Amino acid sequence: MNPLPLNLLPPGADYAAVMPLLWAFGAAVLVLIAEMFWPYQSRRGVGWLTIAALLAIAVLGRAPIEAVYFGPIALDGFSGWCNGLLCIMAALSVLMSLDTLEVNGVTRGEYYPLLLFAVAGGMVMAAATDLVVMFLGLETMSIAVYVLAGMAKARRRSNEASLKYFLLGAFASAFMLYGIALLYSQAGSTDLAAMAGLAGEGGTSAVTRLGAALLLVGFGFKIAVVPFHLWAPDVYEGAPSPVTAFMATVVKAAAFAALLRSVLLAMPWVAVELQTPLWVAAAATMTVGNLAALRQRSLKRMLAFSSVAHTGYLVMAVVAGTSEAAAALLFYLAAYAAMNLGAFAVMMSLADRGRPAENISDLAGLGRARPLAALAMTVCMLSLTGIPPLGGFVAKVSLFSAVLDAGFYTLVVVAVLNSALSAAYYLGVIRAMYFDDADSLAAGGASAASRVLPARPALSVSVLLAAVAVVLIGLLPSPLLGSSLRALASVAGF
Amino acid sequence: MDQQLLSLLIAVPVVGAGLVALAGPGAVKSMRAIALTASLAVFAVALRIAALFDSSTGEFQFTEQAAWIPQMGVTWSLGLDGISLLLVLLTVFLTPLVVLNSATSIDKRPKGYLVNVLLLESAMLGTLVATDVLVFYVFWELMLVPMFLLIGIWGGRRRVYASMKFVLFTMVGSLPMLVALVWLGLAHAAATGAPSYAMTDLYDLELTRSAQAWCFAAMALSFAIKVPMWPLHTWLPDAHVEAPTGGSVILAGVLLKMGAYGFLRLAMPICPDVLGVAMPIIGALAVVGIIYGALVAMVQPDMKKLVAYSSVSHLGFVMLGLSSLNVVGVEGAVYHMISHGISTGALFLLVGVLYERRHTRLIADFGGLWRQVPLYAFFLLVVTLSSIGLPGLNGFVGEFLILLGAFKASPVLAILACSGVVLGAVYMLWMFQRVMFGEIDKAENREISDLNRRELVILVPLLALIVLMGVYPQPFLKTMEASVELTLERAGITPVETARAEVSR
Repeated sequence: MNPLPLNLLPPGADYAAVMPLLWAFGAAVLVLIAEMFWPYQSRRGVGWLTIAALLAIAVLGRAPIEAVYFGPIALDGFSGWCNGLLCIMAALSVLMSLDTLEVNGVTRGEYYPLLLFAVAGGMVMAAATDLVVMFLGLETMSIAVYVLAGMAKARRRSNEASLKYFLLGAFASAFMLYGIALLYSQAGSTDLAAMAGLAGEGGTSAVTRLGAALLLVGFGFKIAVVPFHLWAPDVYEGAPSPVTAFMATVVKAAAFAALLRSVLLAMPWVAVELQTPLWVAAAATMTVGNLAALRQRSLKRMLAFSSVAHTGYLVMAVVAGTSEAAAALLFYLAAYAAMNLGAFAVMMSLADRGRPAENISDLAGLGRARPLAALAMTVCMLSLTGIPPLGGFVAKVSLFSAVLDAGFYTLVVVAVLNSALSAAYYLGVIRAMYFDDADSLAAGGASAASRVLPARPALSVSVLLAAVAVVLIGLLPSPLLGSSLRALASVAGF
Repeated sequence: MDQQLLSLLIAVPVVGAGLVALAGPGAVKSMRAIALTASLAVFAVALRIAALFDSSTGEFQFTEQAAWIPQMGVTWSLGLDGISLLLVLLTVFLTPLVVLNSATSIDKRPKGYLVNVLLLESAMLGTLVATDVLVFYVFWELMLVPMFLLIGIWGGRRRVYASMKFVLFTMVGSLPMLVALVWLGLAHAAATGAPSYAMTDLYDLELTRSAQAWCFAAMALSFAIKVPMWPLHTWLPDAHVEAPTGGSVILAGVLLKMGAYGFLRLAMPICPDVLGVAMPIIGALAVVGIIYGALVAMVQPDMKKLVAYSSVSHLGFVMLGLSSLNVVGVEGAVYHMISHGISTGALFLLVGVLYERRHTRLIADFGGLWRQVPLYAFFLLVVTLSSIGLPGLNGFVGEFLILLGAFKASPVLAILACSGVVLGAVYMLWMFQRVMFGEIDKAENREISDLNRRELVILVPLLALIVLMGVYPQPFLKTMEASVELTLERAGITPVETARAEVSR
């Protein structure tokens, strides 16, 4: 009688590496159970519990000084940094949804556990050192978000968004799996360490390049790179606003984190071998995103296309392929999340039950009606444009500087011209709020800005937090920039 | 406190703006009092700086340094030389007048207006005293936002169009400059191992000729749009006509000079090897601007638009002075920046006075005002004469030195530019004649009252400076002399003769 193998773990496995993930999944299950027994009238309590859990995970998910591993899961500076970013952004988006879920047609309590599952999936993506595990994280996150997008069950747009996101997401997953399979055929392993070795003396094989390209296509769907961006505006518009804010920040950041670890860091040859397609994709993404955003009347769609444009800026970091560019990407994600969440929060603060406020013209007269909300929105819009000294400016400068340093001058010039173009629509929002011109006066009569709504303290606090974060990241960028540099320095082999 | 005078200069308007913002919504009087106090406090700080300033050296003085983004080599470093000192004094001098003027010219949202004026002052001062190019860029872009809001909220009928055009023009220009500035920092890192954006470090950078050409082109685009040089000037008339009086005063008085200042501070010293090719082109464009601006000004029916186009012409003179690349021409250019800031500021204020009374700025709506408003007529006459460069008033000194310098560089351009002086006299005097002389043929014009006390308080200091700068230019020239010489030295030109020597000859 043979003894059972007691130790099924790979050598050197350290439970500390998976603890943050266990906490996150545990919290999701806990909130799921708590939600069932929570009295319906005080559902907000579940939200507070979720925020508390997220903040706790942000603290518990910090990286130890020495990186620890549990098989294909790493808890190093990089995953620790991403855990913090994902949890804090998610907490902020939960804070702004406390008061607005019902207004946006979300009546089911599963919202909070699903959101936690999505965050946990995102954390797996950031921590995975194996393509299959990364894929598992991606699916965990995606499936939760497919459901979240359709949470406003009574609204057709929400159902449409959910279905559209699911169908295209399934395609993306298929592309990605195909890519992973091809890479596996070449490397004999799905471990990221094996991927680095794929570039031999004579470059890479055609199959390897195809595999990497398919993997990038899969990522391209998730982060909305042109031409795989077409789902983004419809899904962003149709999904309930709090979910849209979550998708534009947390989901995007998680996808970029996985892209960073699996492609930029583990497969540095991708940036070399696929330089031209990546270059074209970056330039096309920012240009198409900005040109399309210019034509939008819906604020939500405008923010969706602006998110596409910012993806284009971020892909430049992948083109550059240096550690400075990767650090700038992390910094950019944080600044972008703050300014985007702020913009969504102000937009949500105008909506009332049955009276959505999702158009730019709904902001008309906000400067008079609610000066502080208008000021916060102004800060976010200026930061998205890249006006100093706000977070968006430092993010852009550090990113552009890294890309310039890598020698991509033309790409940076394309990016700055795009920034100038984006000023036209971001400032259009400021115009709607403050300039009492004919257009906004016509809209101002029925404008959402003049509505008298009950006080929503949680939403107001989240607007304030986001705006303060945007200003602070801009004025004192050096701690965050330093931490993102340290996060990358800790990744093995880089 | 004397160690942080420049930071104080930037901080006081921001604090003032914060206090204004805290005032209750109805307390318009106290808002104005706070804003005026703040702007006068900044003025006092600037006077303290001027008193301590040592005009014998062209190096940066009152320097401050603090780490800002050490990872990128960006430091909060400030400093000031004679050129920036004069422009700082111009800025702090004009701002209290704009605050005073807002009492009558701004009737909606006074709080926002005053906050924006003070923030704009802070951004302008920051641009002038920054000695790290990225800090310079931060303030440079920051100037856009309050001006955008000033035009867009408090402007005239086509304010939305004008404000958007202003921002988009300026941003398209300034973003390529950002690329050039960041590239310079990286070039410094490549040369020495550490990135630095300090101006003095970048002046010493050895760059290839083609790198200099690219950097110069990127910066020159940004600065030429700001000046604005023909043919990039089209945003200016729109912005001026739609801007409220105070906005126009600041725009013409200080903001436009930032373009020329940028050439002096960054483009010329960092890219010395390409100046020989680039500056004659800039000189030629400047002369086109001088003549074009004057001709277009002549046919304007609207007084404000006339003054706006006259700015295109005057800034053409400034750029012609810079393009001469000799001490006399450059000193003339800096002198003309200051004196144009004062005369054009006064002109916009005077046009605003008529507009507040009659709600029109069309020259054809006036006529025969000389007898109706003698005091106003006197002020307008002096400012008109100053603008056309009558000897004894401030406009003459700058134009004379510019033409002198330009003649040494290129007689053809100087002679062509002289026609601008003549045309300037034509459009200004013709406007004066049509508004002031003849009979009052419109009944409404009999109702116009003369200048009141507040307006006198605003205009008398301007008039005093117009005369002072006309008869006694020496202290102004002495302040900038060493700085201009050093700037030209950094631009690879050995100074020959200074303006003070020319003037006293």
